[in-house]
Amino acid sequence: MAGPILVAFVTSFTDLRVTDIRNPLNVDFLGLDNYIAVLGDQRFQKAAVNTTVFVIVGVPLTMALGLAAAVGVNQGVVKARTLFRVGFYLPVVTSIVAIAVVWRLLLGTEVGLINGTLSLFGVDGPGWLSDERYALWSIIAMAAWRNLGFLMVIFLAGLQTIPRDLYEAAEVDGASKWQRFRGITLPLMRPTLLFGAVITGIGYVQFFEEVYVMTQGGPLNSTLSLAFYAYSQFSFGNYAYTAAAAFILFVAIAALTFFQFRAFRED
Amino acid sequence: MTTLSPGRDLPPAVPAAGKHPRQERGSWLVYVPLVIGLILLVGPFLWMLLGSFKTTGELREVPPTWWPENFTLANYEDLFSRLNFLGYFFNSTVVALAVTAGNVVFCSMLGYALTKLSFPGKRVLFAVVLGTLMVPGIVTFMPLFVLVANLGLVNTHAGLILPFLAGAFGVFLMRQFIGGIPDELLDAARVDGAGEHYIFWRIVMPLCGPAIATLTILTFLASWNSFLWPLVVATSDRMYTLPVAIALFATGQQETNVALLMAGSVVVILPVLIVFIVLQRHFTQGIAMTGFK
Repeated sequence: MAGPILVAFVTSFTDLRVTDIRNPLNVDFLGLDNYIAVLGDQRFQKAAVNTTVFVIVGVPLTMALGLAAAVGVNQGVVKARTLFRVGFYLPVVTSIVAIAVVWRLLLGTEVGLINGTLSLFGVDGPGWLSDERYALWSIIAMAAWRNLGFLMVIFLAGLQTIPRDLYEAAEVDGASKWQRFRGITLPLMRPTLLFGAVITGIGYVQFFEEVYVMTQGGPLNSTLSLAFYAYSQFSFGNYAYTAAAAFILFVAIAALTFFQFRAFRED
Repeated sequence: MTTLSPGRDLPPAVPAAGKHPRQERGSWLVYVPLVIGLILLVGPFLWMLLGSFKTTGELREVPPTWWPENFTLANYEDLFSRLNFLGYFFNSTVVALAVTAGNVVFCSMLGYALTKLSFPGKRVLFAVVLGTLMVPGIVTFMPLFVLVANLGLVNTHAGLILPFLAGAFGVFLMRQFIGGIPDELLDAARVDGAGEHYIFWRIVMPLCGPAIATLTILTFLASWNSFLWPLVVATSDRMYTLPVAIALFATGQQETNVALLMAGSVVVILPVLIVFIVLQRHFTQGIAMTGFK
């Protein structure tokens, strides 16, 4: 897999198009022109903003839900642990495409289960995916729904490594539940939280299938993601633009991961 | 190697309720939100499954129904007789099985070489493998497509399978696991005159059961659910995998046939669901194995 990465990098400085596919070496070098063109493209800029919002809101939201579920199952659930684990993990193993199809129907204005249920109470639900004010948030909600089970399983494993006597000692000293969570659980979970943040972040920066199936980037580019932008340039035949956009995405992933390692560093 | 196994029912981190009355009192406060969460997570699947037995007319009804008023199998008949879902199912299965078999064999071989053999460039090779672990598919799919196109493999099973026969993740997993096998065992076999081939197939592989189980499950799942690459390489109906077919129908010719889309989603999800429920312990163990070495 190292070969294609180098090829992608070199290609991002050339004028490779779909018509050159039989003779990919017969291209001209353009220097940074592709990067300048892509960075100056308004659709790319919109995609970068959307992807940033998706990551900045989506990752903490999914982490919080996953951690809450893990702490809940770890503390209170003695019976039916397996049921919760299987149920919460179900969306993680299923095809994101199939899930996106079902959620599109769930959120639809015409057929939607959600708006249909709201109408029972006399509420006129918005166009969750057809209104540009709601579409990106709807996809973020779906991503959190799909991925929280993965983090729950990871965090559950982390929670079980924390020695029990620490909690008992803190309780003897009169620490409240919240204080024990802040003072013991969170600091000792730091490596596990970092791992969860990195894996979730890497996935979220590249969100693609949801957009492809649910909105195709619309309405008004409000759900256009960087990965969808790179793919759409490919389908237009602009291979060099695809390579440049993909490399910017790659740098974004590396930067995010670096930032997360800094943020979770032990002080 | 040390692995955590959340798949096993470890004793709860908080002691039994008898010793801590505080815990007992709070327990329903924990159960209620968790049960609500469970309903929210499983509900859409249930709605999809029940919806696949409804007509599109019933799905458009307001207020929405849960239980089908007129139970019908017409959607599934449509998928398998009018549309080519049997073919898509076949393609998905062939690709996922081939990719999984390739990963088990090649990743184990490379993993073995990277930890138990010494050869020049070993450290560099491992660094390259680790590096590619971080590179997303969106970066590599375009050069891979140019390569596959020049090999004349666009719209073939080989084109769908070959690029994924060995993955960096699998190599990493197998290297970590094989590293835990004692060198003395392998040296003893060598003293007895066993060749590397014999040692790999007869000694190393049989000891790798748990790692191979994890690799098999995760690879099969990733391949079955993969979308971007088949979307690019399968250019005609004959080669579509299930996710490609359902995505193209949902955004194209069957966009308004919602009952059919529900049934199609069930066909994509159901095989994975059955495997997951039967092997769920291995799934969570696998995650721990990959996450906590």
